Amino acid sequence: MDGVKINLKVNGQNISKEVDARLLLSDFIRENLLLTGTHLGCEHGVCGACTIHVNGDTVRSCLMLAVQADGCEVKTVESLIQESGELNHLQQAFSDNHALQCGFCTPGFLMTVSSFLEENSNPSEDEIRKCISGNLCRCTGYSNIIKAVKQAAQTVSN
Amino acid sequence: MIPLLNMRLSTPKYLIDIGRAEGLSYIQENGESLVIGALTKHRDIEKSEMVKEKCPLLSEAIRWVGHEQIRNRGTVGGSIAHGDPSAELPCVLTALRGEIVIADVNGEEIVSPEEFFLTYMLTSLQPDQLVKEIRFPIIKPTSGSAFVEVARRHGDFGLVEVAAVVELNEAGSFSEVKLAIGGVNSVPTTLEDVERLLVGKEPTEEIYKEASDLTMEMVEPESDLHGTAEYRRELSGTMVIRALKQATIRAQGGRVI
Amino acid sequence: MTKYVGQSVKRKEDYRLVTGTGQFVGDIRMANMVEAVFVRSTHAHATIKGIDISEARALEGVHAILTGMDIDGIIKPLVQFESHCALPPNLEEAINPTIHYCYEDVLAKNKVMYVGQPIAVVVAENRYVAEDAADLIKVKYETLPVVVDPFKSLEKGAPLIQEHLKNNVQSDFHVTTGNAVQSLKDADHILKARIQTPRVSSNPLETRGVVSIYENRTDQLHVYSSTQLPFEIRTYIARLLDLVEQQIRVTAPDVGGGFGPKGGVHPEEIIIPYLSKLLKRPVKWIEDRLEHLTSARHSRDQTHDVEVAYNLDGTILGIKDHFIIDSGAVNYFGLTCAYNSAYHLRGAYKIPNYDVTCQIVLTNKTPNVPFRGAGRPEVVFVMDRIIDMVARRLKKDPVEVMRKNMIQAEDMPYDQGILVKDGAKLIYDSGDYPAALEQGLKMVDYEGFREQQKELKKQGKLVGVGISTYVEGTGAGPFESAYVTIDGSGQVVAYLGASPQGQGHETVFSQICADELMLSPNEITIRVGDTTNLAFGAGTYASRSAVNAGSAIQVASAKLREKVLAVAAAMLEVETADLQMENGKVLVKAEPEKCVTYKEIAEAARPGNRCKVPVGMEPGLQVTHYFVPPTVTFSSSVHIAMVEVDKETGFVELKGYSVVHDAGKVINPMIVDGQVQGGIAQGIGAALYEEVVYDEKGQLLTGSYMDYLLPTSMEIPSVEKSHQEFLSTRNPLGIKGVGEGGAISPPAAIANAVVDALDPLEVTINQLPISPSKLRNWIKEAETKKYKIEIS
Repeated sequence: MDGVKINLKVNGQNISKEVDARLLLSDFIRENLLLTGTHLGCEHGVCGACTIHVNGDTVRSCLMLAVQADGCEVKTVESLIQESGELNHLQQAFSDNHALQCGFCTPGFLMTVSSFLEENSNPSEDEIRKCISGNLCRCTGYSNIIKAVKQAAQTVSN
Repeated sequence: MIPLLNMRLSTPKYLIDIGRAEGLSYIQENGESLVIGALTKHRDIEKSEMVKEKCPLLSEAIRWVGHEQIRNRGTVGGSIAHGDPSAELPCVLTALRGEIVIADVNGEEIVSPEEFFLTYMLTSLQPDQLVKEIRFPIIKPTSGSAFVEVARRHGDFGLVEVAAVVELNEAGSFSEVKLAIGGVNSVPTTLEDVERLLVGKEPTEEIYKEASDLTMEMVEPESDLHGTAEYRRELSGTMVIRALKQATIRAQGGRVI
Repeated sequence: MTKYVGQSVKRKEDYRLVTGTGQFVGDIRMANMVEAVFVRSTHAHATIKGIDISEARALEGVHAILTGMDIDGIIKPLVQFESHCALPPNLEEAINPTIHYCYEDVLAKNKVMYVGQPIAVVVAENRYVAEDAADLIKVKYETLPVVVDPFKSLEKGAPLIQEHLKNNVQSDFHVTTGNAVQSLKDADHILKARIQTPRVSSNPLETRGVVSIYENRTDQLHVYSSTQLPFEIRTYIARLLDLVEQQIRVTAPDVGGGFGPKGGVHPEEIIIPYLSKLLKRPVKWIEDRLEHLTSARHSRDQTHDVEVAYNLDGTILGIKDHFIIDSGAVNYFGLTCAYNSAYHLRGAYKIPNYDVTCQIVLTNKTPNVPFRGAGRPEVVFVMDRIIDMVARRLKKDPVEVMRKNMIQAEDMPYDQGILVKDGAKLIYDSGDYPAALEQGLKMVDYEGFREQQKELKKQGKLVGVGISTYVEGTGAGPFESAYVTIDGSGQVVAYLGASPQGQGHETVFSQICADELMLSPNEITIRVGDTTNLAFGAGTYASRSAVNAGSAIQVASAKLREKVLAVAAAMLEVETADLQMENGKVLVKAEPEKCVTYKEIAEAARPGNRCKVPVGMEPGLQVTHYFVPPTVTFSSSVHIAMVEVDKETGFVELKGYSVVHDAGKVINPMIVDGQVQGGIAQGIGAALYEEVVYDEKGQLLTGSYMDYLLPTSMEIPSVEKSHQEFLSTRNPLGIKGVGEGGAISPPAAIANAVVDALDPLEVTINQLPISPSKLRNWIKEAETKKYKIEIS
C-alpha cells in the first residue's frame, strides 16, 4: 500500500511521516510516535480513553484516521506535564483526590477535562458530571474525578 | 463510519474525506428557513444564538446528540446522511418539514425528508451524491416547541424521541401542530393524523390521551436489546403527550421545569 | 503505635499514571516484535471440518499461523485450576460434591463449544496485516445443536458440551444445617420464589493482552500479561508447554482493571509464549474490545429457587434453596463461586435451618468465572429480596423483619453451622450488624423519609428506599508471600506475591512496612505483580491482598527489624533492648550520637569474615514470610438506595446512595473509600444496565458498547460513606478485605427501593437488570393482577 505523507504538530513538535491511509490516529500516536499515554479502550468511539486534542477540540482519536490529522495541531496527555517535571494543577488534583485507580482511563479524562476547564472557570458539579459523561471509568465510580475537577477549577481561579 | 471500519464490518477500497471542503460550514437565515451547511459541526449548532432564537427545537435536540467529543467532530450533514431513525436531527427535520439539498457533478436537487429517508440507515443518496445543505424552517416566536427523548443512559441513541411544535390561537386551541417521532419506525415519521386530530381542539388531558392512543396505532417499532416492541409502542404514546405538554406550555409563554 | 497505617497517604503510582508514562502491556515495545491476532469461532457448537490457511499464509508480512492440529500433542489442554478446585476432606464429607473434569484446547482441535473460542492464531508484522490475514482464513464448520438455556441443558438428550461427560452437570453439592424441610412444615407461611442474576461481563477499561519474550541464550521466557495471577500463569505455562517453572518469569505490568476475570489462565497466555519460543522473537497480542466482549470470561448467571419458612411475627425459620449456575462451556473454578454463594446466602441473619443444593451446568457460552463478589452478589440479592417480600406480605416495614432476624452483637463470634471453603467452621469473627443498620438508617433519616414519602407519593412522585446488607468472607488463603530486603544502598525493597490492578499496593503496603521499620513510605519500594524474587505467590482477587499481603509484609518487616537491630547491636556492642530505630538509623537510646544507618548495617551484614550477623542467622538483610490465614475474616456492610421511578416509562433514577462499612483496620482510608465507591458503581451497572445476552443459536447479541451498557458519570451518584471498625481476629493488624464489597449489595438495595417506590402496587422484582422495558412489564403485570383482585 502506498504511504500518504502527513505533516502535523504533536505536543509542540513538528512531525513529518508517511503512513498507511487506513492507519488510525490513535495507532499513529501510540505506535509511530511512541506516545503510549493515549489508551485504547474500545476502538468504537464510546469509552473515551483515547481522547486527545486536535486543533483545540477534544476528539476520540480512535475515530480519526492519521491522514485526517494532516496540517493539524495535536495534543496528547504527555503535553500536560510542566517543564520542570512537576504535575500540572489538574494532574495534581487527580492525585490529591484519588481520582484514579488503575489509571487506564485517566489520560482520556485529563484531556477531556483540561479542555473543559479552559472554557469553564467555575463549573458546577452537574456541569462537571456532564463534561465527563463521555468518558468511561470502571474503577473509581467517578465521584473522586468530580472532586478533582472542582479542585483544579478552584486552583486556576485563585 | 470509522467504528464500522474498526470492526471490519465495512472494508471500502477508497475513502474520501470531505471534511476540509471549503464553504460547507455555515448557519444562515434565508427567508423562512435556517440554511445550514452540511459540514457544520453539531457543536456550532449547539453554540449558535441564531439557532436558539430561530429554531429552538433544533437547539434543544442537538444537546441529546452523543457527548461533547462526538459533537466536536460530528456534522449535521453526516447525521442526516447516516439515516438512523433513532437520531435526533432527522426527527427534527421531519417534524418541521425541512429540506435537504443534494449535490452531484450535474447540479443540485432539493428533496423532502420523506423522499430522502428510505429505511434504516438507507437514504436516497446515490454513490456520486453528497448532502450539501440542510434547511430547517424557522419557528415562529409565537409557537412553542419541545424535543423529548428517553435513552438508557445520557448520550445513548434514543429509545424514542418526539419533536413537537405547536401554536395556539386566541381561544387557546391548537391552530398549528407539527409532530414527528423517531426510534419506532424504519424512518423518522410525521404523525400527520395526530396533527389533524389536535388542530382546533383545546389542550386537555383527554385530547392528549387521544393523541397518545392514535400515535400508538401509527407506529411499528421493533424489539431489540433495549426494549420490546410493545414497550416502545407504549413509550411513543407517553412521549407524544410529554412533548405536546411541554410545547404547549412554551406556546403559552410559560417555562418548562 | 502506627504512624502511616490509617493515613490517607497519596499514591506513589499516580505520577506515572497521570503523566501517561505508565506501562500497560499494550505499551511494551521490543525490537523485532511481531503481533498476533486470533481467529475465533463464529459458531456456538460445531465440529471443525477443515481450516484453509493458504491464502492467509501467502500474505506479505505474515510470519506464522497455527491451528489446533499444529499444536496437538505439543501443548496440553487448559484444564480447571487446581488451586481453586481443591477441597479439604472435611468439606467434601460435609457437602458430598461432584466435580467433573472439563477442559478447553488452547486452540480448538475438533470442535468448538462457544462463540469466540480461539481456533487459530496469526502472527504478522503488525496488527493490521495480522487482521487482514485472519480475514483470509477459511474455517469449515459442521454445526451441532446448540444449547444456551441451562434448564434445557439439564434435560435428557441435550447436546453434550464436554463430550467425555455423560451430561452437562459439571458439578454439584449439597449443604445443610438444621432441618429446613421441617421448618417449612412448622412455619406459619411459606414463600416460594425464583430469583435470578443474569450473566455479566466485568469489562475493565484495559482489555487482556500478552507480550512474550524468549531469551535464546538462557532458554528463558519472560511473559507480560494483564493479569491478576502471574504465579498461576507461570505454573500453567510450564505445565502445558512442558517447561521448567523457574525458567519462566511472568510480570503483570500496570494492569488496567481486573475485577476477577483477569484472575485465571487463558489459552492466549499459553499460545503467545509458545509462539515467542517458536519464532525466537517477541510476540504481542492485545485483545480488542469486541473480542473481549465475546471471549474474555463472563460471570454470575445464577438462578435460585427458594422456599422460605416464616412466621407471622417476621421470624424466618428456614430457607431451602436449589440453584443452578450457567457456567458456559467450561468451569475452570470448581466450586469457587458456587460455594461462596451457598455459604454467604444467610449473611447477617440468624437462620438455623438451611438447605442448599447446587448444580453447575454447562452450555454453549463463554466460560463463567468469578467477578467482584464471586457468588455473593447473587445470593445477597436472594436474601434481601426474601426479607423484602416477607415484610411486604406481612405488611411490615422491611427494617422490622431485618431487625427481627439479625445476628446480634452479643452473639459474636457467630457460628453459622456450616463450613467455609477452606474447611474451617463458618464463624463470623467480629462485627455489629444491627449497629450498622441503625447507623445507616440514621444517615438517610429513614423515619423522616417515610414521612416525606407519603406526601410525595400523593403528589405523584414515586420515591422509594431499599436496603441491603452483607457479611463477606474476605482474605481467603491459601497464603501470600513477602520478601523484604535492605540492599547495599540502604534502601528497603519489598517483593509481594500480590498483583494489583488499581488498588494502590505500591503505596498501601509501603505504609505497613514504614511503620515497622520507622521510615516514611517514600523510602520503601514495593514490587508486586511479578514472579521474580519470590518462590511462591498467590495473587490479587477475592478481597485478599490487604489481609494476606498486608500481614505477610507486616510480619516480614517485623522480623527484618529484629535482624537489623541484632546486627546494629553487634556493631554498636550493646544489647538490642538498648536500641531505638528512627528515620533510617538505629541509635543507642542512652547515647543517641552512637548510631548506625541502614546502609551501614547492610554493609555489616554482607557475607565474609567481617559479617556482623549473629550466629544462627544468614548473612544479608532479607526476610521472607508466607502468611497463611487461619480462615477468612468477615467484613460487613449496609447499603441504602433511594430512587425515584417514572411509572410511565419504567425509568429509575438513583437519587442517593449510602453505605456503612466495616473493613476492620483500614490501612489507607482514601483507598478503601475508593474501592467502595468503585464497587458500588459496578453494582449499579449490574442493577440497572448490564446483561450479557445470547440468542438461541449461541450468538452474542451484546457485542459492542452500544449494546452492553456500562454506567457513566451521569448514572453514578457520589456515595455517602460511614464506617465501623471491628478488628479482624485473624491477622496481626486486624485487617478485613474491601475490594469486592461495594459491588455486592447495589442490585438488592436498588430492587428493594424500586419495589418500595411503586408500593402499594405490588411489583415483584426478582430479575436483573431493572431495565425500563422490563420494569414497565412488571408494573403492568402488577396492575393487571390488582385489577383482577379488585373486580373479583
